[in-house]
Amino acid sequence: MATKVKKMLFILSKATIENVYAAFIMANGARMEGIEAEIFFTFFGLEAIEKKKIEHLKVATVGNPAMHIPTLLGGLPGVEAFATRMMKKEMEKLDMPPIDEFLEILSDSGVSLWACQLAVEMFHLKENDLIDELDGILTIGDFYNRADVEGTHLLFI
Amino acid sequence: MEKTIGNKVINLGDDGYLTDFSQWDKDIAIALAKEKNIEMTDAHWMVIEYLQGKHKNDEALSIRGIKKSGKFNIKEFYGLFPGGPLKISTLIAGIPKPKSCI
Repeated sequence: MATKVKKMLFILSKATIENVYAAFIMANGARMEGIEAEIFFTFFGLEAIEKKKIEHLKVATVGNPAMHIPTLLGGLPGVEAFATRMMKKEMEKLDMPPIDEFLEILSDSGVSLWACQLAVEMFHLKENDLIDELDGILTIGDFYNRADVEGTHLLFI
Repeated sequence: MEKTIGNKVINLGDDGYLTDFSQWDKDIAIALAKEKNIEMTDAHWMVIEYLQGKHKNDEALSIRGIKKSGKFNIKEFYGLFPGGPLKISTLIAGIPKPKSCI
């Protein structure tokens, strides 16, 4: 039976590893099912497409109850780096690609990648600060206009 | 369920995938591809061969694996099997539907 979802538009507003992967896996999964997919990177989500930041994204260890460690501990030096290293190791075991490679896969799979114009201005970024696979810089209005087929869904992450 | 293609009978699971790979041959692949509006070319056969090889070696299939295959890239893969490339190509190849989320 064919799915009724025809197009998924993701808005990624955070660049902690868990949120970035959630968006990427769902976007890739959509394409694998024959569903169109696009991602709009806004606010801190922009870091996931900033050339200099991609390698340094972290897991949130503070304010994340699912870490099951006391909040105070989560803020100690090295804890965030350790948790990030552990998570990356587990992901590699599952053959999950690192973020830069995942972006290439998404782009090759036909996922359009957009940066939010307002956020780009706010963080004083230039187009060449952002990944080469980027399809462009859009306003949120432009992005809404891309919800042009019946069965389009928007998801804020 | 059973399905007749030409003069051969094949068994398909609920998901439409071949349940017994020994029933697979090229004529069956061509017929299954046609149902998906795909005309098999040399490039298609190369992908099918690659997938069957991976399956035989018990290696999990993923889009990342396609990227690393060195034989064809992701763009070509989507072009050859539009509308869900891994799902459709494995169906034509007569191997089980991949379970991975990536």
